[in-house]
Amino acid sequence: MFQASNPRILLSIFGLLTSLLTPPALASGEVNVYSARKEDLIKPLLDDFSKQTGIKVNLVTGKEEALLQRLQSEGVNSPADVLLTSDAGRLAAAQQAGVLQAVQSASLNQNIPAIYRDPDGYWYGLSVRARPIIYARDRVKPKQLSTYEALADPQWKGKLCLRSSDSVYNQSLVAGMIAHHGEAKTEAWARGLVANLARPPKGGDRDQIKAVAAGECDVTLANTYYLGGMISSSDDAEKQAAAQVAVFWPDVQTTGVHVNVSGAGVTAHARQRDNAIKLLEFLASDQAQRWYAEVNSEYPVNPAIPPSATLKSWGEFKADTLNVAKLGELNAAAVKLMDRAGWK
Amino acid sequence: MEIDRSRFQMPPYTNPPPQGGRGFWSLAAGIDRWTVLVVGLAMLLALPVLTVFLTALQPPGEVWRHLADTVLADYVLNSVTLMIGVGVGTLLIGVPTAWLTATCEFPGRRGFEWALLLPMAIPAYIIAYTYTGLLDFAGPVQTFLRLTFGWTRQDYAFPEIRSLPGAILMLALVLYPYLYLLAQAAFLEQSAAVLEVSRSLGAGSWRRFLTITLPLARPSLIAGMSLVQMEALADYGTVQYFGVSTFTTGIFRVWFGMNDATAAAQLAALLLLFVLTLLVLERLSRRQARFHHTGQRTQRPPRLRLSGWRRWLATGACLLPLLLGFLIPAGQLIVWTWRTAPQVVDDRFLELAGHSLGLAGGAALLILLLALLLGYGQRLRPRPVVRLAVRSAGLGYAAPGTVLAIGVMLPFAAIDRNVDSWAREWLGLSTGLLFSGTLFTLLFAYCARFLPAALHSVEAGLTRIRPSMDDAARALGAEPHGVLWRVHIPILRGSLLTALLLVFVDALKELPATLILRPFNFNTLAVRAFELASDERLADSASFALAIVLAGIGPVILLSRAISRSDHAPLP
Repeated sequence: MFQASNPRILLSIFGLLTSLLTPPALASGEVNVYSARKEDLIKPLLDDFSKQTGIKVNLVTGKEEALLQRLQSEGVNSPADVLLTSDAGRLAAAQQAGVLQAVQSASLNQNIPAIYRDPDGYWYGLSVRARPIIYARDRVKPKQLSTYEALADPQWKGKLCLRSSDSVYNQSLVAGMIAHHGEAKTEAWARGLVANLARPPKGGDRDQIKAVAAGECDVTLANTYYLGGMISSSDDAEKQAAAQVAVFWPDVQTTGVHVNVSGAGVTAHARQRDNAIKLLEFLASDQAQRWYAEVNSEYPVNPAIPPSATLKSWGEFKADTLNVAKLGELNAAAVKLMDRAGWK
Repeated sequence: MEIDRSRFQMPPYTNPPPQGGRGFWSLAAGIDRWTVLVVGLAMLLALPVLTVFLTALQPPGEVWRHLADTVLADYVLNSVTLMIGVGVGTLLIGVPTAWLTATCEFPGRRGFEWALLLPMAIPAYIIAYTYTGLLDFAGPVQTFLRLTFGWTRQDYAFPEIRSLPGAILMLALVLYPYLYLLAQAAFLEQSAAVLEVSRSLGAGSWRRFLTITLPLARPSLIAGMSLVQMEALADYGTVQYFGVSTFTTGIFRVWFGMNDATAAAQLAALLLLFVLTLLVLERLSRRQARFHHTGQRTQRPPRLRLSGWRRWLATGACLLPLLLGFLIPAGQLIVWTWRTAPQVVDDRFLELAGHSLGLAGGAALLILLLALLLGYGQRLRPRPVVRLAVRSAGLGYAAPGTVLAIGVMLPFAAIDRNVDSWAREWLGLSTGLLFSGTLFTLLFAYCARFLPAALHSVEAGLTRIRPSMDDAARALGAEPHGVLWRVHIPILRGSLLTALLLVFVDALKELPATLILRPFNFNTLAVRAFELASDERLADSASFALAIVLAGIGPVILLSRAISRSDHAPLP
């Protein structure tokens, strides 16, 4: 069999393979996006952008590290024009890896405050994500709460739920603590948190909120948009759980509430650089900024945009003014610190 | 039953010397087209794993000291416990149910025969989500208990599902069908004669099972077990969600959290070395004994009719895994889908399903072809170099999907870069990306990952064919390909279908490689389900998870039927 049909088989395999090699889109009226934001949390905006400008958006979603790896390995031929991430540290890492380019735009600089963008224009924050304390309304009085540090106090023994230290949100939070208080103090604090745990860390942010509502623990840390998602959930149990908890803004007297940003940058080898900038400008525009708040309960980066009703109900807070790029720098140190503290 | 090959040894069959076979070919004794083809193909498929090893080839960095001081012991202990636990669990579920449905008669037997495969259609991380939703502190079961009995948290103890034992249970429930499938095929193929002889020699039924049935099925059981254990080691979704630190979660923690790709590759390489060692040990242990049937299913043994309480025990033993592994999680998915489908299912749903089915079908056919080529080549040229090459091509199954995907991405991107710079220099034009970001790369990753599932099944089928059959066919003048088409393929049909099914369903569920390597605007059901689930919208993801399950059920039933029918197929 093999001797006789060898060339034919090879030919047909080759034919099959070449037919699969569809070239990436390079037409002029397009822009190609690698996005670490989930499709549901970006596609509606991209569709609006296409409607308004006539520019077609091609999208691949994925985990940030994988997208970054893909960008790096594709090199100069990468089809991507824009990299969207949901974590500022990863944007800083992308910049260091040399896959982003600096772009300047008057409207971007005007709409986005300086602490939420790279000084040279390599990346721009597009939405702010806050990680406050979530507590049980019936068992905790707000005045018992004050700061992140105070959660390590023995009064919370057996009453704290935490997500795993694999979560980038916790890694960023600890990185922020290191930036403010140094490693030694932060490690002692992390040990205190671990000692107060009601159960080993597991599940996602919503799971922590549900555990508080169900009485498994009294306090936890969670990003606000998860609470927002539960409030508008189609699941009545989630809605009820969300009604049993409240948001407490810690550290408002001191360093401010831990925040991170989701953002975007134009890739180093973008073919459609102008379209890419247009897309970034659109994402920082009033319309898109309002969408972030209304659909996903994220805080707009543009301070001129009024918050949505849900965001308003949680009250105002003072955000940490630490440059979010610092969180990326300290991420590795944070992970190791949590390993040492026994934070699973 | 056991053939001592040396007694009937035919002259070893090799290809006729290559035409004009002088010069290099005759000098380099032992190099022929089959060897070159098989080794070449296997090396190509091993490329991702080799990439991981190459990346790992650097002096260990400072991170290792940190890991050794803190979490490494946990990783090793948890991974080994998981692997052994899942192995034992699947054995306990898969073998008795396979034996019951293949050789006994009891109420519901016909239905169980295929229904026991259904849990395979549920991705491991999905079953983990559904059980968490049900059994968690805030879930309906515990809430019901608290409301009914007026308990609070301190008043009762409830087993924690999100734990290492929970992860073992979840993985065993969805992975046992792999073992069941291979074991069932093996039990069905055992001929009546062997069992009758042993019965007439006075062996009791337990003794027959332990000394005849199990050893004869051993290659299939081992194949199934090693598949299951490799899957368990490579699992990320379940253990991560359950907060169990294993090697896999450690790889990502080091890579993403500590931004140390080298140490991550070293951890992955260590995991792969561990698997390689196990596989080698398994091969060595098997070298002692070779079991072959002398007859091919001349007559099916009559089914053992169970009576009295035994019938219902058998029914219960088959119902339990079906209930836990399929009916309960699928029921939960249906409840969620009922509630959320109107909001999440839109006109793109069919497109997603088309992508999923097309990819999985294409991958299954391609991989079956590759597995046949490798399995057959290995049989024709049983040399250490061939065996080693094929083994290393199969290692991808034990690699966490994301690691493997990066292992695919890097070499193809390097090829793209080199071709491009060559073309720029010599032709003055840019070839751009030829492979990166295309379906070809994605299909290649599927091949590298799922080849072992097909290969194990094809190999296990091949070992059930007596070597003397090849010899007879060759002595009667058949060419090697004639032996393949006219002797092996008809006998192998069941194993080939098994391979096709395993890969199809596996590919349908595949997530990490699809996520990283897919082209623009190309989503699958698994990607969609994952995106919603990882955004902690479990109920919203149910529609897509359920679609994966439904898409997997059809092939499962069809192929299960085909397997039991091929059992009666007349020999050519």
